[in-house]
Amino acid sequence: MPQEPLLRLDDVSKNFGALNVSRNVSLTLDKGARQALIGPNGAGKTTLINLISGVLHPTSGRIHMSAVDVTRVSAEERVRLGLVRTFQINSLFPKLTVAENVALGVSAHARADWRPWGEMCRQAGILEATETILVSTGLAPYAGVEVAKLAYGQQRLVEIALALALKPKILLLDEPAAGLSGAEREALLALLFKLPQSLAVLIIEHDMSLVFRLAQKITVLVEGTILVEGTVDEVRNNPQVRDVYLGHRAHG
Amino acid sequence: MSKDSSPQQSNFVTNFSRHRLSWLDVLPFALIAGLFFVAGSYLPLITQIMIMSVFALSLDLILGYAGVETLGHAALFGAGAYGAGIFALRASPDPMLGLVVAGLAGTTVAAITGPVVLRARGITLVMLTLAVATMLLELANSVQWLTGGADGLYGFQPSPLFGKFPFELDGRTAYWYAAMVLLIVFVVCKVVVNSPFGLTIRGIRENRVRMRLLGVPVLRRLVTMYIISGFLAGVAGGLSAQITQLVALDSFSFVLSGNVLIMLVLGGAGSLNGAFLGAALFVAVSDRAAAVSPFHWLFALGIGLILVVRYAPSGLVRLLAPHGSR
Amino acid sequence: MKLLSTITSLFVDGISYGMVLFLISVGLTVTLGVMRVANLAHCGFAMIGGYAAYALMGSLGLAFVVALPVATVLVAVLGFILERTLYRWVYATSQLGQILMTIGLTFVMVASVNLAFGSATHALTIPSWLQGTWQESSFTLSRYRAFIILLGLCIGICLWALLKFTVFGAKLRASVDNPRMARSVGVNVPNIFAVTFAAGCGLAALGGVVGTPLLPLEPYYALRLLVPVLMVVAVGGLGSPIGSLGAGLLLGVVDTFGRYYIPAGGAFVIYFTVVIALLLRPQGLFARA
Repeated sequence: MPQEPLLRLDDVSKNFGALNVSRNVSLTLDKGARQALIGPNGAGKTTLINLISGVLHPTSGRIHMSAVDVTRVSAEERVRLGLVRTFQINSLFPKLTVAENVALGVSAHARADWRPWGEMCRQAGILEATETILVSTGLAPYAGVEVAKLAYGQQRLVEIALALALKPKILLLDEPAAGLSGAEREALLALLFKLPQSLAVLIIEHDMSLVFRLAQKITVLVEGTILVEGTVDEVRNNPQVRDVYLGHRAHG
Repeated sequence: MSKDSSPQQSNFVTNFSRHRLSWLDVLPFALIAGLFFVAGSYLPLITQIMIMSVFALSLDLILGYAGVETLGHAALFGAGAYGAGIFALRASPDPMLGLVVAGLAGTTVAAITGPVVLRARGITLVMLTLAVATMLLELANSVQWLTGGADGLYGFQPSPLFGKFPFELDGRTAYWYAAMVLLIVFVVCKVVVNSPFGLTIRGIRENRVRMRLLGVPVLRRLVTMYIISGFLAGVAGGLSAQITQLVALDSFSFVLSGNVLIMLVLGGAGSLNGAFLGAALFVAVSDRAAAVSPFHWLFALGIGLILVVRYAPSGLVRLLAPHGSR
Repeated sequence: MKLLSTITSLFVDGISYGMVLFLISVGLTVTLGVMRVANLAHCGFAMIGGYAAYALMGSLGLAFVVALPVATVLVAVLGFILERTLYRWVYATSQLGQILMTIGLTFVMVASVNLAFGSATHALTIPSWLQGTWQESSFTLSRYRAFIILLGLCIGICLWALLKFTVFGAKLRASVDNPRMARSVGVNVPNIFAVTFAAGCGLAALGGVVGTPLLPLEPYYALRLLVPVLMVVAVGGLGSPIGSLGAGLLLGVVDTFGRYYIPAGGAFVIYFTVVIALLLRPQGLFARA
């Protein structure tokens, strides 16, 4: 019997008054998924991510996480259930060090963040988890640096490290490569390849080379609804997709 | 100081803020101990600095670490002052017990007003903190049978400390009493800011929205810090009441709230050390200047504030220890 | 009938107090709304206006009706000058920095006023034609209170008309709603702001001059008035002149009734009102949705 998918959207629509931003979107994410969401500007990708993460509530349709109906559940609660997203514009803790940023995530996830005693630096469990994440994301050399002082590319990596600190089951990446240089993109890709196998990843991206190398499944969103969904080759060779991209010349 | 076993761990740990013990932490206490023997008639002044240091430390927790800009911290100080005064007059002159009562009075005000005030942001928050302090001032003014109204509370004297050391006019017992309380308060602050809760609070200061998305109940954490800060501010008020043996309406005044804010910003918020520096500088200078002419002092203070914010916004302590973190 | 006349009398007192609060607060709410600057020195301008009128009437012997507009203009000019100079620094710093700098400015104002006029309380002498009351059966209406209310209404209507029908008003509304957008369509936001700031200071001065019988002049006036004015601004909604009118009237009336009917705790009624109002609508009772 097929396992219940980690994330399932059934016929989700979102209207802002008369404006239909998302229309009848159905999507599933299984364990270990590496799925990309692409589409021209204004297609409604960010709205969809906001609907999935709980920042917005759908006008109609249902959202399930492992068979649990989370349609009306708050964003914070969805984080606790294992759905974590990163932001297109970094949302970090600027004056804290990289290690502290990640440790915050670890501490919050471990429900240890409330304790007003016990030196932070002696919480072995938190320290270990933090160090592991920093090493795996390649940020270990910058652990003691204030985030505000980091290069933009490294900040993007901290954004992902913070998300990983929350031990997500589902990870939503909102344009992680935005604004990155060539070398930084490679570093990001290396990081994405090393993500835990059991993790379900949905990534919004405009960088097609990154998408084609990483994704197993691609969903193409146009004008709020799904145009095509398939493997990399299927989507690449799809004439409708070519129309959308060549016809509109949309840029990331 | 980290006692982690593996060298890798103790190395890694240094990536967290330098809120460990440093010379800046020890210096004030070394000075307090040393100055006792040479201060002579300045003992009461240094005692006053110590009382204000406790108050400034309590403000640092909520302002420097939690990022809550309050212009009404005197509400908590005043609650403690009146709590200690009323307790001494009506229940028991025992100083230590009185301090606990003072702390609890501050906590109570913080616990009641915190959940309302801390929901607000920006200028509304500032206004609410001001309003609470003003409200308490008017309350103290009207409940004369309890608070002495405009005349205030007086005529109480703390009983000898530990039963052995009477509070004489020379102020020696008061000096060590204040020093002892200051040390305990400082240790408490250090423990709190170095804890996971301390990191959480700094996270809330840096990016409240993201903290929420990490699953942290932000308002609850802020109220907790406000309560801790309230206790310590109450202790400062109680200390002041017991040592000066006088409690008046100005314990709730805007001037007092403004003064402690200036002290902290001048010294440098968010590091705990700044509180000492700011309190010492401010009390010493204002004591001399206000004696000469209060309104000239106010004028100079106004100009000074503008200049400090313009040219040394992180406070003077950053000049001494530029790599201290926030 | 006695009760009705008492209530009417309280109402009139409350509304006139509210009008004074409105006049003083309206400049601050626009300042906060347009530039998001925490200007805690705002009440200082009201105070300086009052003292300026006092000096004009005292040393120059000017009549009240002359001193009033002259003081208003003088303070507006002062505000303009400060905005172009000191407030450049204020804009450049964090909110806490703004609070501290403007408190510093307030201290300078308080000290200056004390050095010039001493710490005694002063009130302006009301011209004889504004003194006295009108009697109608058992209703008495203080002429001066009526004057304040009428003045406040006129100013309120003029402001409304200015905002609604003039180009300047449109530009100002645009700057409040969306400064970036306004800039990009060619509105000179910094200029708009300088003029608005000056006008706000002028209006505060007007309120300060007109309100001395209710709010007497003394050096700490600038700090004493801070809490009520901030409450009016917060309850009215930042950036909303109509809001500060509504909030001013509401708080003025509530405060007056509270102090009269509950001698012991009447002063607190206004604080409770503010807290409830903000809990119900944190962005301000009269703010646009």
